[in-house]
Amino acid sequence: MIEIRELSKHFNNHQVLDNLSLDIQKGQTCVIIGRSGCGKSVLLKHIVGLLRPEHGRVLVAGKEVAKLNPLELDELRFKISMVFQGGALFDSMNVADNVGFSLIEHTHIAQKELAERVEESLHLVGLSGIGNLMPVELSGGMKKRVALARAICIRPEIILYDEPTTGVDPITADSINGLIRSLHDKLKVTAVVVTHDMKSAYHVADKIAMMYQGKIIIEGTPEEIQAAKDPVLHQFINGLSRGPITESIGNSR
Amino acid sequence: MMFTDFFITVGHRVISCMSFFGGLSNLAAQTVYLTFKPPYKWQRIFEQAKKAGYESFPIVALVALFIGFIFALQTAYFMQRIGSEIYIASLVALTVVRELGPVITALIVAGRVGASNTAELGSMQVTEQIDALETLATNPVKYLVVPRFVALSVMLPVLTLYANIIGILGSYIICVFKLGITSSMYMHVTFDALLYKDLFTGLFKAWIFGMVIALISCYEGFNVEGGAEGVGKATTRSVVFTFIMIIAADCFFTALFYFIFP
Repeated sequence: MIEIRELSKHFNNHQVLDNLSLDIQKGQTCVIIGRSGCGKSVLLKHIVGLLRPEHGRVLVAGKEVAKLNPLELDELRFKISMVFQGGALFDSMNVADNVGFSLIEHTHIAQKELAERVEESLHLVGLSGIGNLMPVELSGGMKKRVALARAICIRPEIILYDEPTTGVDPITADSINGLIRSLHDKLKVTAVVVTHDMKSAYHVADKIAMMYQGKIIIEGTPEEIQAAKDPVLHQFINGLSRGPITESIGNSR
Repeated sequence: MMFTDFFITVGHRVISCMSFFGGLSNLAAQTVYLTFKPPYKWQRIFEQAKKAGYESFPIVALVALFIGFIFALQTAYFMQRIGSEIYIASLVALTVVRELGPVITALIVAGRVGASNTAELGSMQVTEQIDALETLATNPVKYLVVPRFVALSVMLPVLTLYANIIGILGSYIICVFKLGITSSMYMHVTFDALLYKDLFTGLFKAWIFGMVIALISCYEGFNVEGGAEGVGKATTRSVVFTFIMIIAADCFFTALFYFIFP
């Protein structure tokens, strides 16, 4: 479903992605883990066509994203939804207009049907009846769930999640993980989840890939990842302050 | 060493200036193309027109009235010395319609609406709302810039027309109630002095200023980097660049019209 081949990107003399390759199968939930700032969000933005690769290519459903014309890219974006780290809800609109944004802008859907689709999406994320609230009236966790409702309202084939549990309390984080898992089971979507929250990763993943120094250094099922002996992975998943990751930062300074 | 630093600084400034004008031209080309490309979202254009035009009217009217008062009093100071008070009316009419009306209106709208556009789009940029628009298959230029561009390019000439009328009214009040010029004489001299080309050149400049304000304010908003501090810096830059560009465009078009319509 998603094929990433030798993808490279740099910003301000910093190589963020360095010949990164990764395959994600249809219907699979792939969690990409790695330290903050290691380029996980940059990778997501390449998948959805917000950034163009300097080298390498990203194929989604067999189509190379960077080579699509604007119309083809828009068609692709009807199949992919992205849940941003802070929600990225439109401040000037209420929750219902946020959730139904794509349908309002790009279809001639009847008001009644639109209201039903919006309510159904809100119901799936456990927030029925809040369509009239403005984003400023929502808590951080609610914003993330509304963003998730906006993402599923167009019935996408792929959902990209950028740090879905960052900045929310552990209970909300667990409910968001449950939502990601249940959406995967109910809607059969392919999902790419970027996180550094290992509890979340084990909860939702079919496959986990560790990103380090612009590359995927190891990938496997949650069980394989837990059993792996790689020192970088070991330091990261156990949250150790000493190890090859921090040593390499110290050396580079 | 000092020479090297100097050339490096100049080089950086030149590159940053070229990058600004390159980016601005790119945005202008996209905006003009998307303005004429359907679908047309009239509701968003009306919302922006209300914000840029209707809501700016009170402050534009107030400032234009004061400008009329001040200009009449300042010219009276000299005109009374040479016994030509009656020509205050023609001088005020020509200056307000050709120059002060469009420029003052543009500066007020740049400060009020341009700054608000940059702050709004800048906040959307730092909170990833503009990226979200793109992922929802919506072109941010079509959705955010085109309505502002159309609204400002239509509403600035309208506001300028009001500013002209109110500026002349301010001068009328001073001349008729303070300097003893009769109302009919004031109106006669005013309309005698004004030609259609004076009105046309003023409104044409206002149309250009409207587009300049929309493009610079949106460009700066789209290019915000960092958080709240970045939004603040971009808003300041947007207002300063817009003021400079308005005055530069005014200078250019005044010279152009002087030679085209001598």
